[in-house]
This record gives sequence, structure tokens and C-alpha cells, in this order.
Amino acid sequence: MPSFVIAEKCDGCQGQEKTACMYICPNDLMAVYPENKKAYNRDVSQCWECYCCVKICPQQAIDVRGYADFVPMGASCVPLRSSDSIMWTVKFRNGMTKRFKFPIRTTEEGEAVPDGGYTVDQKDLNDQLLCTEPYSIGLDALPTLNK
Amino acid sequence: MAVNFETVEVTTDILLLGGGMANCGAAVEAVYWAKEHGLKITLVDKAAMDRSGAVAMGLSAINQYLGVGKGENTVEDYVHYVKNDLMGISRDDQVYDIARHVDSSVHLFEKWGLPIWKGDDGNYVRGGRWQIMLNGESYKVIVAEAAKNVLDADNIYERVFITDPIMDGDRIAGAIGFSTRENKVYIFKAKAVLAAMGGAVGVFKPRSTGEGQGRSWYPPFSSGSSAYFTIVAGAEMTCQEIRFIPVRFKDAYGPVGAWFLLFKSRATNADDEEYMVTRRPELENWGKYGKVKPIPANLRNYLGMIDVNEGKGPIYMQTAEAIANLAAKYKDNKKAWKKKMKALESEAWEDFLDMTVSQAILWAACNIAPEEKPSEIAAAEPYFIASHSGASGAWVSGPADIAPKEYQWGYTNMTTIKGLFAAGDASGASAHKFSSGTHAEGRIAAKAMVKFCLENPEMPNIDAALVEELKEKMLKPLNLYEEKKDFTTDPEINPEYIVPKQYMFRLQKLMDEYAGGCSANFRTNKALLEKGLEYLTMLKEDSEKLGASNIYELARCWENIHRTMQAESHIHTVLFRKETRFPGYYFRTDLPTLDEENWLCFVNGTYDAATDKWEMKKVPVIRLLDEK
Repeated sequence: MPSFVIAEKCDGCQGQEKTACMYICPNDLMAVYPENKKAYNRDVSQCWECYCCVKICPQQAIDVRGYADFVPMGASCVPLRSSDSIMWTVKFRNGMTKRFKFPIRTTEEGEAVPDGGYTVDQKDLNDQLLCTEPYSIGLDALPTLNK
Repeated sequence: MAVNFETVEVTTDILLLGGGMANCGAAVEAVYWAKEHGLKITLVDKAAMDRSGAVAMGLSAINQYLGVGKGENTVEDYVHYVKNDLMGISRDDQVYDIARHVDSSVHLFEKWGLPIWKGDDGNYVRGGRWQIMLNGESYKVIVAEAAKNVLDADNIYERVFITDPIMDGDRIAGAIGFSTRENKVYIFKAKAVLAAMGGAVGVFKPRSTGEGQGRSWYPPFSSGSSAYFTIVAGAEMTCQEIRFIPVRFKDAYGPVGAWFLLFKSRATNADDEEYMVTRRPELENWGKYGKVKPIPANLRNYLGMIDVNEGKGPIYMQTAEAIANLAAKYKDNKKAWKKKMKALESEAWEDFLDMTVSQAILWAACNIAPEEKPSEIAAAEPYFIASHSGASGAWVSGPADIAPKEYQWGYTNMTTIKGLFAAGDASGASAHKFSSGTHAEGRIAAKAMVKFCLENPEMPNIDAALVEELKEKMLKPLNLYEEKKDFTTDPEINPEYIVPKQYMFRLQKLMDEYAGGCSANFRTNKALLEKGLEYLTMLKEDSEKLGASNIYELARCWENIHRTMQAESHIHTVLFRKETRFPGYYFRTDLPTLDEENWLCFVNGTYDAATDKWEMKKVPVIRLLDEK
């Protein structure tokens, strides 16, 4: 279906500022039924299976079922994303399970410092240096060519 | 007007359209240079910045990192590489410019928190000469965070879909769009506008036509908005024929780069022949480009396509053999061998889980363990993407210190339209910028835009009548639907309008069959192209009869109007270039050979909205470096 919403688990993010899956879907596919306030994927044939909705859902109510037109049934990849890592559980059609854990960031969430701590003394709008350069390149000067 | 929309006007100095890698870079850079001049920066995204654009899912590698500081590569090396991969059709000045800044962006990503693999020596782990490997699930979240940390939240407009540029005579004056959440039309008025709304997916029929049509290699939400916006603004476009066809794991389009470059895997056909070996003599037909190393992407594609066309498929990536080879040196120590096998297995799965989870599902669903059996690879469908091994985009001004005068008209990355800039997939002829180079290019453009605003301080005029006209055109699908829907018992079928999905299928079918899509084996000729153009012209006329039942469908209508313009520029350019230069991207069966003497040049085209006509021309390729 690609992403699908488990009816029992979804609460439409009621009581929260916004419906998480609707907020995040890069293709604007997640919508909420007005009658029962539960989320659904409104066009499964335009779903990229990017898992953005799955990862963000506070209820873990969203999963993905591989594209029905070419994927044999019975497999799944389920992520559990924390602030610094993601753990995937991969279930095979034959029942085998594999688990992988990868880091996702090395800093605290929200704390990306735009200049990265590099020296910021670039002043001339007419030269070719960008903010933090040449320090952030790791050179003493920006490379150029003799015209 | 049947549907009521509130109109919101936003005036800004710099307008960044798109929230992907380019404009995340542009935001940080623009804010830095603008702050002492008090310029206002506004960013508009049709999605949410944390997960918008082509990096939304994540990436397992950064494909452009030179390592100039450690002497790993030179900027010149990169210029040679890109020029050769694009069969000579490349702007050395732009490629040089992006390449000299790209390491800065990558080092910033690392400081922001992106986990880049490091070896025991503390250096980044290379996945290939230009690639470095990542734990990249949150790549976009991290890069967007830096941008959001400098832009005031009030200056970020998420879930606003830009439909058209607003012009003031021959200069850009802003953009018009609508909210995909509430009944609001947005008029953005700006001195300088950066178009960075991605490439174009879904112009050609995809191989999967059921649910799987969403499993495009590049995201389905890259819908040609950059191309449309710059084309209708009247900007000169370049390389509109240079589409990209990725060869990837079949059906789910998982990445093959790590398998070829990091794991050193072979690709073989049904008879266990390696097309890169058996078809090598074919390279002789493609001039000096058949002799360069690495072999250009489109020629590698082509060698595989010859096998497939001769019925020698399936083509397999020999994953099991590659993993066994890598672990072989540990074979005398069982414990070390097991550890190595485990590490390789984890790397193989992460490659998919970071950026193409569908491929992991497909492997699991087919009970494929890569260390046990090979997996099929195949050529996908055509894409328009200037950041990878394609080059379609706007023709932009080069950097003042290195660009030849023919490629330089004042402000770096400005298109031929005053005040309109382009970066990432929106700017052409500078392929292989990937995610990192796209970010760097956004920064380059942003600095130039600040300079532009200071030297051109007057706010352009916006004609109220023009805005009304654009607004009416924008909302027409909603109004048409509302007006006509009750004529039939099923709103999906109605002789007075066409729904966006069927319109998209019509576009994809005609492009596939006439302009060399996957079911035509990427082959076309003059007669086919002209016939295709005839049908495309009727489709474009019918775009005025698109019907939308709600705001969501209105966005889908506009995405397809945008795709249509990309299709039109593609056909005109493929028609104009009278040779076959990129046989693994498209093959002109009526002009089947490379013609260096006449066609080692850019083909540029300009659209005149008033007359609905294209003017095509050749533009010389000027090399900045000696041949290598």
C-alpha cells in the first residue's frame, strides 16, 4: 500500500499541535479521515516508501507493506528511531529476522551551529570566499585558475 | 470565482524557492552576508524542510567530496572527470566553482552532527575516488536544522506550492503559489529569487505502473517545478536533452554505487559474461569518450543495454562473489572471517536502509541474503536531474574569477533573467554536484544574490492585473471541477475536464513511446519526436482543462503542468541535436553516431511565453583546462 496506518494504534495525533505524518510526508500523502480522525495514505501509488511517516509517528501506528505489484508478501522493515540512532528489524518472507543499528547523528538534536565553529571573518562580497572559508575547506586560500 | 481564497502578500529581499539541499545552503549563506545590510530572506517549501527534497529519506554516501585539504584530489581532477562523463558537454567554470567549495559544505555537515565513516587513520572512508560513506539516515534533518537555526521561523513558509513566476517586464519580481493546507494564495514579492525546486520525475512512464510507480529512483515529488519556473520566466535553458537513466537494483532501485566501487562487484548476464568486458569493443564507436577512465555512466549503461536487447538478461550484480572476495583474506582465521562477513553484511543492508528502504523490503521478501545469491540490476526510466549524471537546467552565469566572458554576466548563478538565480537540479551543465555540491552551489548563489540586492536596491513592480490573471489560472482546476462535476454520476469521468492522474499517464505514455522511454528501449528518431510533439501540444492545450476536487489535487494538477514544460523542452532539444552522443541515455536511430565536429557544443533553448515558441541554438563549449 506502501505506507499504511494501523487503525487500532492511530489516534490522529489528537491533542498535539499537528498530525505528525501529515506534517512530514514529502509528497503530502498523509491525510486524516474527518469522521474518525485516523490517518491514511491517500495515494499509495505515489508513495516513495521513504519511511518519514513511519519514523515520526508517536504511536508507532504506521508501517509499510512492499509495493503489491512487484514485491512478494510477508516481509517488513521496521525502524525504531531515537535521538542518536536508528534500529531496523528486517523480517524475511521465510521468517528469518535480521537486526541492524546505525548512528544517525553525533550532536544533540537542534544544536547544529551554522558556522560549525569555524572562523567567520569573511567580509568582501566581491571575492569568491563563502562564509567559513577558506578555513572550512582545509586550505589557506580558495583554489582558482589563471584566466 | 467559485472557490474563496484569501490572498497573502509577502515582501522580501531574497526569495528562496524550495527547501532542499541547495536552499538549506543558501539560507545559511544569505543570512550571513545579509545581516549587516538588514536584508530579509524568505524560504518557501512545498513540504516540510526536515524531510523535503531528494535527500528526504537519507543517503548512505556523499558522492562529491574532494579532500583538497589533504591533497587527495585537485579541483582540476574533478573538472576532467565531469567533462568526460558528460561526453564533453560540461561547463568547466561551474564545475570548478562547485568543486572548490564542496569540501567546506561537507566539513560543516560533519560539525552539524552528520556521522561520516572514519577509518583508523581518522580520515573519511572512501566508497570510491569521489565518494565518502555515511550513516546518513538524518542527513537532511541535520542540514535543514542549520538553515532553520539561522532563518526566523516567520520567514519559512512550509506547505506552500509555487505555481508561477511573477515578472516585471524582463526581470523577476517574485512568485505566486497556494497553501496546500488552507485556502490561501501567496504572492511573494522579491528583488532576487533562487529557483531550487529539484529535478523532474514522472515525465516518462515508469517501469512499474501499479503501486510501484511511486518507487521512482529520484523522488516522485521532484515534479519539474524548477524547469517550469525558469522556462516560463524566459530563462535560457541548457542541456535539456541530457536526461539521466540510472542502472540500479531492479524494481526497487536500490543503490549500486557501493557494490561496484566499495565491494568491487561484477555485473554479469545470463551466460555469466561481463558486459563491461565482452562489449568493450563497442566503446570504440564513441570517440575519445570510449577511452577515458572511468567509462562515462551512459556508455556503461549502453553496454548493458546491448546485452539486454539481445535477450541476454537477467543482468546480475554478483554480490555473493564480491563479499566472498572481500572476506577471503581472513579465511584462515575463522573468528576474523566471521567478523568481517558480519561487518560487510551490515554495510550492505545499511546502504539500502539509509536511502532506499524498499530495496531492503524487496530483498527480504525474495529471501535474498546478498552474501548468498546475486541480485538483478536494470536500467530504470529517464529522469531530469542536473545534480547526478544528467545536466538539464537553466544556463547560469559563471564565477567572476574564472569564467570566460561568454559565460559571465555579472552575478554567479544568475540565469539570463535579471534577478532570477538557479542552483542544484535547477542549474544545468554542471553535473555531478550531488547532495553536497548542490548545498555548496546554493551557498554560491546566495552570496551573489546579496550582492545583487545591494547593487539593485529597487523593489520591482508587480502589476495587480497580472497577479489576478495568475491567480485565476492557478485556481482554475478547482473552479472547473466545481462547475462541471455534477454533470456525471462519477466525478472521475467527465467530458469537461481531465483529472491530474490521467493527465500524468497521458504525458508519460507519449514521452515513453515517442521520446525514447524504457518501453522503446530508449530509442527515438525525428519522425517519432515530431509526432510526440504533436500529441504533447494537444496535451498542453488540455492542461487548461485539468480538474481538481480539492487542494491536494490542485497541487497534483500543477505538478503535471510543470512536468509538461520539462517534456516540451526535452523534445525540442533532442530534435535539435543531430547526433547520438549519449547512447545509454537515448539513441537517435536516424542519427546513430557521435559527431564531434558539429555537435561538441551545448544546445540551449529559450521559450517565449507570449508566442509559445522555442528558439534553439548551439553554444560553444569552452575548455578551461588542457585536455586530459
